[in-house]
Amino acid sequence: MSFSNLTRRGLIKTSAVAGAGLALPTYLRADGHSGFTNAPTGDTVTLGFNVPQTGPYAEEGLDELRAQELAVQHLNGEGDGGMMNTFSSKALKGNGILGKKVAFVTGDTQTKSDAARASAKSMIEKDGAVMINGGSSSGVAVAVQGLCQEAGVIFMAGLTHSNDTTGKDRKANGFRHFFNGYMSAAALAPVLKNAYGSDRKAYHLTADYTWGWTQQESIAAATEAMGWETVNNVLTPLASTDFSSYIAPVLNSGADVLVLNHYGGNMVNSLTNAVQFDLLNKEVNGKKFEIVVPLYSELMAAGAGKNVEGVIGSMNWNWQLQDEGSKAFVKSFGEKYGRPPSNSAHTCYVQTLLYADAVEREGTFNPCGVVEALEDFEFDGLGNGPVLYRGDDHQCFKDVLVMKGKENPTNEYDTLEIVEVTPRAQVEYPHDHPMFAGGDLGKCNPGA
Amino acid sequence: MFGLEKRDTRLLIIVAIMALAAPFILNPFPTDSAMAQFNAGYPDLMQRFVIFGILAIGFNLLFGLTGYLSFGHAAFLGVGSYSAVWMFKLLGYNIIPGMVLSIIVSAVFALAIGYISLRRSGIYFSILTLAFAQMLFAIAYSDLIGRFFGTPITNGETGLQVYTSDPQYFHNENLPNIPHLFGQEMQSTYTLDVAGWSFDFSFGYYLCAIIMLLTFYLAIRIFRSPFGMMLRAVKSNQQRMNYTGLNTRPYTLAAFVISGMYAGLAGGLLASMDPLAGAERMQWTASGEVVLMTILGGAGTLIGPILGAGFIKYFENIFAKINDNVLHSWFSFMPDGIEDFMVTIIHPFVGKGWHLTLGLLFMLVVIFLPGGLVEGGQRIGRMFSRKKPSDDAADGTTTPAE
Repeated sequence: MSFSNLTRRGLIKTSAVAGAGLALPTYLRADGHSGFTNAPTGDTVTLGFNVPQTGPYAEEGLDELRAQELAVQHLNGEGDGGMMNTFSSKALKGNGILGKKVAFVTGDTQTKSDAARASAKSMIEKDGAVMINGGSSSGVAVAVQGLCQEAGVIFMAGLTHSNDTTGKDRKANGFRHFFNGYMSAAALAPVLKNAYGSDRKAYHLTADYTWGWTQQESIAAATEAMGWETVNNVLTPLASTDFSSYIAPVLNSGADVLVLNHYGGNMVNSLTNAVQFDLLNKEVNGKKFEIVVPLYSELMAAGAGKNVEGVIGSMNWNWQLQDEGSKAFVKSFGEKYGRPPSNSAHTCYVQTLLYADAVEREGTFNPCGVVEALEDFEFDGLGNGPVLYRGDDHQCFKDVLVMKGKENPTNEYDTLEIVEVTPRAQVEYPHDHPMFAGGDLGKCNPGA
Repeated sequence: MFGLEKRDTRLLIIVAIMALAAPFILNPFPTDSAMAQFNAGYPDLMQRFVIFGILAIGFNLLFGLTGYLSFGHAAFLGVGSYSAVWMFKLLGYNIIPGMVLSIIVSAVFALAIGYISLRRSGIYFSILTLAFAQMLFAIAYSDLIGRFFGTPITNGETGLQVYTSDPQYFHNENLPNIPHLFGQEMQSTYTLDVAGWSFDFSFGYYLCAIIMLLTFYLAIRIFRSPFGMMLRAVKSNQQRMNYTGLNTRPYTLAAFVISGMYAGLAGGLLASMDPLAGAERMQWTASGEVVLMTILGGAGTLIGPILGAGFIKYFENIFAKINDNVLHSWFSFMPDGIEDFMVTIIHPFVGKGWHLTLGLLFMLVVIFLPGGLVEGGQRIGRMFSRKKPSDDAADGTTTPAE
């Protein structure tokens, strides 16, 4: 019972409807041009905070959200002002940004590129966000940065440590305050040499995505340069929760150092598995077996508990730092939430302030103005000493902390101690370094 | 009209009006009101509604007609997306080659997977399709093929993106640097402001909507064709058909491939609206979502899957964005103690808890409306119509499969 009775009248009707359908898009062509995407018109400006609230990095994401909320309070002149008082640039006055009250919307990246982009898109298209901040995974950061470039809004990356974010995936509208795998490796190598000697065999377990790959590459290169040998590198899926099957072969590989290129929930689980296998009490090649976690965070250390004791890693910032900026931030964060902030919280807080400051100095929300204000911007008083936002790749350069799991923690937040503050000069690199090559910032995109 | 029965024509016209007027229908609240949180009429979400509608329509052609429950349809969605992004990388940002290739490639995959999986029926078929989909997901997620060739094919967890260094053979200075149709950008949007309301008309959305209407029309024709009749016979009693000497496998395989092509087209469109293909859209949870959409809306009905797709996507995108601040602003008229209490009560159901709300609603629908949202609509319709319908087929705008 097919109905393919083609008639003259039917044909005319069909083509009329089809024609109308095809003509509609051209009719919609007229675009409303207002200079740039989501130019704030009322007396508020909306920022989008896109963080993982579910998935392996959820803990980090929730801490970022706390810090972002605190930053908005400070920008609006509520609370004690936090790091706004210690910031070397005095453009911010505590009356919002350019006199507009700061409002924010939140979204869940689920630590998935697809979901993160959908969430960021809805912030831009529905809520009119002029800036997207946050995230706790480099895969997500790279994806959202690309989206912001296309949409014409500013992306202030949260916790993203992959070389690619400001390397081959760098974008003109994207900025990263956090340090990266190369810097971690450059800071860690001398400390590892002092602690464990220059004749070691390393076995890498690596989270299988852009961050894991680039960090592993950086660490392997830096440790090999000082005489270490890389025995093996095994890639583990990001979604894994049990790493025992990956740890077992380490024992028979002849390696005497295990490098865990893992982060968040992954790292908590893999480190716990490694300790359960009693690796830390083994002797291989006549040397005590050691574990290295190149990228540390307080939340991970708290999650892994006693297992982090003596394990060396690196961090972007830590709440135990004693400069004025860090003290002010820890104080206002602690008063509000009753806990010290993590380094992902710090980076999101700072990024929000830096964005607001750039807008204030340039006098416009236009992304191209913000890019101009941030490129080669030098500042101080935000907890990392003097910092440079390099214009060539939109990467921040600052001191790197080398940390160690504390032997006798006094409370649940006192899990890590600072071993060394590696000066900025030691971790700098040219923007076209082979590990960062192939990228192109392109031109800043103000959107519609 | 269009060679359809009167009833189907009416249904098609209703869907067409819904799709074309979606920017108005989905934005019922003024932009500045507190209820604006529930507006869904922004381009990205509207595109998702119709794209996942296409996916669900295609899934329903298989599940609704033959009763074969495929648990691996997201694989075709992913394959379609990857094909489209590769076309963007190699040829340029015009979406036509990407969409054509995504349909072809997903058809090839569907043919191979269907050829093997359709040797079994029932739960074994579901498990086989699930296994294939998970294999494809694992391959994409760890970029197994890419490692073999030494160049990224799916780019693993990071997802496949277009870079300025890609060849883009047909790209030139005059063309936009984002997906476009012969120069018309997908994201170009005309915003109409009318007294507090703001309506977005996006080119990308209307393109998706027109393609959805075409695929919907095609689905109606398949439902009403002798081929569709044969598929329904497979659902009601495949054994009897085999005994009468009919070989049903070519029919089921054809249905599987058509369904896979629908999914591939949806994947290609998804990549055209947002040029990034991630492996997560192939995961089993994504396959499960398609099944949920179809069952929630009403399996075997024409319009059900579209409703189900819209329902789930609405929850994912709107409820997930309600945070404590929003809750506080809603209840701010109450005294402090009660305000905090209300926020505490509602908190687990919104924001990251949107899965919980969706789960509860899904339970309610399955228990009280086994025929899905369509059955709910029919019941309401029956409540208001005076004549007692004599059979199921004659009353509502839709027809259950059996």
